[in-house]
Amino acid sequence: MAKTLFQKVWDAHAVTQLPNGQSQLFIGTHLIHEVTSPQAFGMLRDLGLPVKYPHRTFATVDHIVPTNEIQEPYSDPIAQEMIEALRKNTKDYGIRFFDTNTGQQGIVHMVGPEQGITQPGTTIACGDSHTATHGAFGAIAFGIGTTQVRDVLATQTLALNPLKVRRIEVNGKLKPGVYAKDVILHIIRALGVNGGIGFAYEYAGSTFDNFSLEERMTVCNMSIEGGARCGYVNPDDKTFEYIKGRPFAPQAADWDASVTRWKSFASDSGCKYDDIKVYQAEDIRPTVTWGITPGQAIFIDEKMPALETLNAADRLTAEDAYKHMKLTPNTPIKGTKIDVAFLGSCTNGRISDLREVAKYLKGHKVKSSVKAIVVPGSMLTSIQAQKEGLDKIFIEAGFEWRGAGCSMCLAMNPDKLVGDQLCASSSNRNFKGRQGSQTGRTILMSPLMVAAAAITGEVTDAREVFQV
Amino acid sequence: MSLAKITQVKGLALAVPGDDIDTDRIIPARFLRCVTFDGLGEHAFRDERTGPDGVDRPHPMNSDQAKQSSIMVVGFNFGCGSSREHAPQSLWRFGFKAFVGGSFAEIFFGNSTTLGVPCVTLSKDDLAQLSDFVQKNPTIEVTIDVEKLTVTAGDKSWKASIASSAREGLITGKWDPIADLLEGASKVEKTAGALVYVAKN
Repeated sequence: MAKTLFQKVWDAHAVTQLPNGQSQLFIGTHLIHEVTSPQAFGMLRDLGLPVKYPHRTFATVDHIVPTNEIQEPYSDPIAQEMIEALRKNTKDYGIRFFDTNTGQQGIVHMVGPEQGITQPGTTIACGDSHTATHGAFGAIAFGIGTTQVRDVLATQTLALNPLKVRRIEVNGKLKPGVYAKDVILHIIRALGVNGGIGFAYEYAGSTFDNFSLEERMTVCNMSIEGGARCGYVNPDDKTFEYIKGRPFAPQAADWDASVTRWKSFASDSGCKYDDIKVYQAEDIRPTVTWGITPGQAIFIDEKMPALETLNAADRLTAEDAYKHMKLTPNTPIKGTKIDVAFLGSCTNGRISDLREVAKYLKGHKVKSSVKAIVVPGSMLTSIQAQKEGLDKIFIEAGFEWRGAGCSMCLAMNPDKLVGDQLCASSSNRNFKGRQGSQTGRTILMSPLMVAAAAITGEVTDAREVFQV
Repeated sequence: MSLAKITQVKGLALAVPGDDIDTDRIIPARFLRCVTFDGLGEHAFRDERTGPDGVDRPHPMNSDQAKQSSIMVVGFNFGCGSSREHAPQSLWRFGFKAFVGGSFAEIFFGNSTTLGVPCVTLSKDDLAQLSDFVQKNPTIEVTIDVEKLTVTAGDKSWKASIASSAREGLITGKWDPIADLLEGASKVEKTAGALVYVAKN
């Protein structure tokens, strides 16, 4: 019978059925970081349990790492305590830790792919909701809570219910100045922030076929923003090419067999989906959020919705959003003044994002009223960017060039908005208070749109600013 | 491991209306700078409850009702966003032992269930009725019957739903799956042994 990738990966990892009817699913790859793991190690110690497969858990530090401070102890003693707890836990249990002194530290969803740990046909869990990023490689990857981190450490398995599969097809060629970020914001806008509850999203179609792995990661990353715990793209030659030669990739002698195995996990033609949605790439324009959920989004040249056009429930959320954002219904978002521009995160802090922006940035200057920071998602990305001289282009244009980490995406570190500052952000969430100030405001957009906002000091169309 | 069988949750209820209430709102990220869950209770909904000036805002969580309630009545897609278990942990430590809503984000639902905190859903109309009822009758006890799948308050009763696996786990006292997961160790090794990428490296 024809099967989806989701079903095949699930079947290969299903251990048994538990008494409550859930499946016990083997988690081949477990990624941990400093925020959601310390309590799990505490629970493990309380229960007197060892880590069952220590070589299948990989650690890094990302959320609390300051991006402008290298020397330890960090000025935030709690951040220092958290990184030290992870050092101790990984040492005690024999877990590989991509610490800050390895040159390989970074956002956990960048480290996995960079190291070749993220592979097709595997199950990946991490105490972080953006774990679906790894689905770009044809893995079933999802976020878990801390008690589940304990479950994986102790048993390398989880108790789970299978998901339905929705195929989301995007066909055609994106217009210049339109990016993977716009694609996922468009999908979430169409299907809603809770449309994906109970589903894994399979992203497909010629637009995804033509996407690089980094673009696929941007889309998979934000699956959770659409309510889907997991999203993936079927593996293809681009996937294998990306993995080849990376530290944890299969060795040369195993390569061909690995590729054959990986290919076998791709969804079969003629397999059944629980739902199918189809979009046309040419219909998508640069997209920005105007509210406090990632689904409250419009094309840059549209007006924000008038309240009376919304249904009762959406209207309540919209009223709350307009109040928080200090924006006016039924007016254009273009021209809205910004205070901060943030380029980074596990959504858009990759080398291709930095290259794309740097390509257009030469000769432009960040507006004096704007604080603009660029935060490579990982040390390896940062090093690569510096080799290519991208850092100089950003600095020359007036951006601050920072160290690797989650930075202002969630502001658990010194990078925070102040007061009601408005941030043009390449990150993934525009929730109230998300960027570290209770009254801070976030507008999500593609990296090039962030750069355009930084230069003009307002939300604007990057295609016009850079003549894309 | 012996856990309580959670067949019913009874108590006063607090309505926290609104859809898409995300985990950043439930527990702002700055409170995740910790290595234990202790003390999270007092920070639940912190930025919704207290303004930037440090003055309390009008929010249901600031009411006396909140302190006395053990059931929270919420909207749709409650707990969306981050996977932080800190979110249900903070509400649980504040005193909430169950949630009734229109729908729950999956990770929040799972995190709550493994704490022994049921998240049951009602239809949209029934939820509106319950929310209205608890706001008008703050002193009347609400009962969530996880076994019979009902929510009752006064002389009113509504049909509730919850994933069957969660219901089974709660009513049999196996809502924390660790014992069952540990039990199947030999089967786990068999599955792992068949996975090339697990055996290698």
